[in-house]
Amino acid sequence: MSAPLLEVVDLVRHFPVRNAFGRRIGWLRAVDGVSLSVAPGETLGLVGESGCGKSTLGKTVMGIYTPTAGDIRFAGREIGRLARGERRAVAKDLQYVYQDPGASLDPRWKVLHSLHEPLKIHTRLSRVERDREVRAILTAVGLPDAHLDHYPHELSGGQQRRVGLARILTLRPRLVILDEPTSGLDVSVQASVLKLFRSLQQTFALTYVFISHDLSVVRAMCARIAVMYLGKIVELGDTAAIFERPRHPYTQSLLAAVPLIGARRISQDFRLAGEPPNPRDVPSGCRFRTRCPLAEDRCAVDEPALRLVDGRAVACHVA
Amino acid sequence: MAELLAVRGLSVDFVTDRGRAQVLDAINVDVAPGEVVGLVGESGCGKTTLARAILGILPAGAARIRGGEVRFKGTDLLREDPRAVNDRVRGRAITFIPQDPFTSFSPVFPVGTQIMDLMKWKSPLVGAGPRPTPPFGRYPRERWRADRESVLETLRAVQLPEPARTLRRLPHEFSGGQRQRLMIAMALLPRPELIIADEPTTALDVTIQAQILRLLRALVKERGVSVLFTTHDLGTAHEICDRVIVMYAGQEMEAAPTDAFFVRPAHPYTRRLLDSVPNPDGDLHDIPGEVPSLVEPPLGCRFHPRCDYATAECRAERPALRALGGGHSVRCHHPVGAGVEA
Repeated sequence: MSAPLLEVVDLVRHFPVRNAFGRRIGWLRAVDGVSLSVAPGETLGLVGESGCGKSTLGKTVMGIYTPTAGDIRFAGREIGRLARGERRAVAKDLQYVYQDPGASLDPRWKVLHSLHEPLKIHTRLSRVERDREVRAILTAVGLPDAHLDHYPHELSGGQQRRVGLARILTLRPRLVILDEPTSGLDVSVQASVLKLFRSLQQTFALTYVFISHDLSVVRAMCARIAVMYLGKIVELGDTAAIFERPRHPYTQSLLAAVPLIGARRISQDFRLAGEPPNPRDVPSGCRFRTRCPLAEDRCAVDEPALRLVDGRAVACHVA
Repeated sequence: MAELLAVRGLSVDFVTDRGRAQVLDAINVDVAPGEVVGLVGESGCGKTTLARAILGILPAGAARIRGGEVRFKGTDLLREDPRAVNDRVRGRAITFIPQDPFTSFSPVFPVGTQIMDLMKWKSPLVGAGPRPTPPFGRYPRERWRADRESVLETLRAVQLPEPARTLRRLPHEFSGGQRQRLMIAMALLPRPELIIADEPTTALDVTIQAQILRLLRALVKERGVSVLFTTHDLGTAHEICDRVIVMYAGQEMEAAPTDAFFVRPAHPYTRRLLDSVPNPDGDLHDIPGEVPSLVEPPLGCRFHPRCDYATAECRAERPALRALGGGHSVRCHHPVGAGVEA
């Protein structure tokens, strides 16, 4: 395997919790010691329930949050603690796609203006060169040149989304972090958006980190997945193997919760009770033990480290 | 089979800047007593409008009912005296579970106050006779006590811990899953015969969704309540429903018992919809084209511009409902696959 494009080592991001007078009364441990690596050209899935820290992890890698501790290496270089100016040069290679990329377009700007802006900021291309670049990208996302003269409100939601993606791709990033890119879409629209992501990955040799809570989408898109629970990775490995035979009890419950067409009703054998604990007040030992059907005494004392089981990394004493 | 709810040929228009949008076009929906019916469709297909039309809470300024009936236990709710509907049906015989548990409570009152306020007017103990007019009117002490007992009992049934303390807490102290449990409790409290649930689990995580779906199905089956459950998620429909109805652009396309629906879908749109669910092999199939404008909808079958099987007939004439046997019916001139001969 080639050298990883992105390597995250023991990454920690805590947020202070303050009372009404602004005094810190505790820490919210959103990301609490996460290590993973992403190879060039691959799609790594990041799954978990809301509040498990998957978006915080993405945003910390992106540089929107500064890491509390740990390293972020991008193409072999530490980028977590760079000075502002240096960090800005990296921003070109790293892009973040929010849930609805179309919504981040300025309603008062024509598409043309929106697509030129990133090139003006990050490159020294001439106007003509920029124009050539913009038209190439627009074709790649499947929109006609005529759209350059439109305002966002003149486009349909799907077209806006494509323009939003084109804007992200104008800088030819190497790593794109997709944060819940299909949640809230209808299945038929979701299928076309996912197809677009795939063809763009081919065309522009992109590497994706795909953050989602939708397991069927992750299964279709990602070769490897990392399952997060309360700021930690609990299982990481080959998607097919994990879906076939999940080893961590949390992954097992998560997979059992997905309603499947043509299978048994989950109501009959779904066991996971309760809701995730507050990340301000993480349980001792294994974080999942309060909801785990297999919890033993040692789970309350020792925090399980990731270890290799069955060809994938699992953080569990009993797996 | 005696129908509890029978919607017949219901057409609803919305007045918009660009003209009248025909949001519902001669829809038929049946719900039998004790049955959980799923209303499946993509955004904008009219499922929420249908749910609201049944409850009689369409936005009065914009919506125009063009025709049809909403028969509930034999009475047409659209032509019944609105006061009688408000007294006996809405919020009592038919209740509602909203999609978004986060905005459905007032943030400034404890949930107990809000639940008891519901019970003041909609408790099953309220007599059918004349009552004081809202917003004032007295809450008789004995009835309050009896109602409070049944509130506590229902909170236990939806598995909320410490019901008495729960009532004193404010909405923001609950998680999304707990709020949806409160909503389910409130929908059950008036002892309804029909619950209309509008995408009640869309805002929740899968693990919480699984808990809520299991709870809801167990409770309604135990109490014999019918449910009309709208969702855009086919997996959820498979999970909870006895029967599924598919809507597209304001028309119902196919209705079938859940098993037949997923095994032998007959309408080309239903097939396309099921195909677009990501499958484990990673194949992706979308539906080419876009959902049509409802201001100038396509003539005939509204799916014909995107349909692989469309013919001149489909462009000219809306297909009649065709029965395929076993409670399976489809509105298509050229239904696909097995079961057509039946």
